[in-house]
Amino acid sequence: MLTEEERLEIEVDLHQYAQKRAVCIDALKIIQRRRGWVSDESIRDLAEFLEMTPDELDSVATFYNLIFRRPVGRRVILVCDSVSCWIMGYDRIREHLTACLGIELGETSPDGEFTMLPIACLGACDHAPTLMINDELYQDLEPQGLNRILESYGETPHQKHSA
Amino acid sequence: MERPLTKNIRPDREPPSLKEYERAEGYQSVRKALKSLSPQEVTELVKKSNLRGRGGAGFPTGSKWSFVPMGADAPGPKYLIANADEMEPGTFKDRLLMEGDPHQLIEGMIVSAFAIEAEVAYIFLRSEYKLSEKRLRKALAEAYGGGYLGRNILGSGYNLEMHLHVSAGRYMCGEETGLLNALEGKRATPRSKPPYPQVSGLWGKPTIVNNVETLCNAPHIVNHGAEWFIGLSHTDEGGTKIYGASGKVKRPGAWELPMGTTIREILEEHAGGMRDGLKFRGVIPGGASTDFLIEEHLDVKMDFDSVQKAGSRLGTGTMIILDDQTCPVGMVHNLEQFFARESCGWCTPCREGLPWMTRILQAIEEGQGEPGDLEKLERHAGFLGPGSTFCALAPGAMEPLQSALKYFREDFEWHIRENRCPWRL
Repeated sequence: MLTEEERLEIEVDLHQYAQKRAVCIDALKIIQRRRGWVSDESIRDLAEFLEMTPDELDSVATFYNLIFRRPVGRRVILVCDSVSCWIMGYDRIREHLTACLGIELGETSPDGEFTMLPIACLGACDHAPTLMINDELYQDLEPQGLNRILESYGETPHQKHSA
Repeated sequence: MERPLTKNIRPDREPPSLKEYERAEGYQSVRKALKSLSPQEVTELVKKSNLRGRGGAGFPTGSKWSFVPMGADAPGPKYLIANADEMEPGTFKDRLLMEGDPHQLIEGMIVSAFAIEAEVAYIFLRSEYKLSEKRLRKALAEAYGGGYLGRNILGSGYNLEMHLHVSAGRYMCGEETGLLNALEGKRATPRSKPPYPQVSGLWGKPTIVNNVETLCNAPHIVNHGAEWFIGLSHTDEGGTKIYGASGKVKRPGAWELPMGTTIREILEEHAGGMRDGLKFRGVIPGGASTDFLIEEHLDVKMDFDSVQKAGSRLGTGTMIILDDQTCPVGMVHNLEQFFARESCGWCTPCREGLPWMTRILQAIEEGQGEPGDLEKLERHAGFLGPGSTFCALAPGAMEPLQSALKYFREDFEWHIRENRCPWRL
């Protein structure tokens, strides 16, 4: 069941659209923000409310890469791997993150703190390489600066695995 | 030199508030259009200005609008959508406009919506543009408060509701009909055309989807006229263009310059030339899905027709520079990996072909390439080209590949012959 708060928040967005199901992407994001990710149970709860079948809703949920159908860490690191960042040193940044956090792309750290995912061009190519942590954009990255960023999230960037 | 699109933009400062924007002649085009012009007259002005779509395809904006059924008998409600799903690799111009002057986009959308008699407008924004989202939300609230949105705008009798839709990822949402499906709460797969969205778009109603930069030009055309707009340009394609450069240049960035500024001027004067010790090898002129150009093309004018004549496309006008210390095979592999991942899976050539070609490129880059691979890639570039797929994603993906095979063929052959990448340790 959706909570009262979840339902109210979704209803605020409903008026934007000509059809009820159109709000499903906003609704999936609302659920994800409140519950951390979108479980099978969440899909069923939401589908019922939106008058869709769970499979219909899941076909939407699994299409969009920022809807998480598996649990993610408290912070999601989106590492831009598009062409400008690739030219400017994406590999170095990804390897450094792997070394510091002990996770590869698609994985979550054992303490549940970080999930690292690839992301399409973040539109900050003049400041490549770039990444986002939750809602925050970081640009002009180099390994030293990356250590400071991780420290600001309470991570001690010692090398957990050799790169 | 006039820079209508960026005149209010101050880097690292908050964008103009409604009051500040109004003081800088903001929302004047709304007053002018709603009080003294008919919708058809606005469309006519935009047609005469030679404004072409800044999202990449370059379709004449006024012509696009003129396909929308008009008058009391037209189906409704009609919709206007700003495509703010900027996700073309190497492109960062719409973000600049939305973060720097959000009211300009809203003003452009009101004038454009009026031209097609739309009652509802959406800004379709990609999720990662958090600062754009914050600033657009504030500007939208201000515009409603100022009477520029809602019912009976400025006492004209014209009504327009404007909503911000924040997406949830996927490059395919930037494709016009994929975007419509996404807004309807579906998978962002493309739709068959015809019918075109102008006639049957969002929820089957007449819909115009325009790029952010395109829409931002509309107020200036209404205020100053078509001739003035054409006069901004070095060619007969009207207006200025926000050009950009990324890669290993001295000063990567974006600049508003006359349409038709040459690649050389953008690269050397604005981007400061190549970083010390590096040489220019090639450029993708307008985002990932455009063909490479090389040194002999440096004096090509960056407008739609000139770049097309040179064998590429202006696309988004934001250039990605290839230097002589970066592997062209690796770069093309990166590009195709992007397109393979972002394929929506709707049609077979794209869904199956792109990953397969990406694996061949990866093998070549890793020293596992085989004789015949390049011919295979070339043949399949034809299978994934225009006319063979449902939308422009795969044909776009083939552009950097086929041009790289032409201009950097020796590099590909070297990888296969020597079984390694010369740029890798």
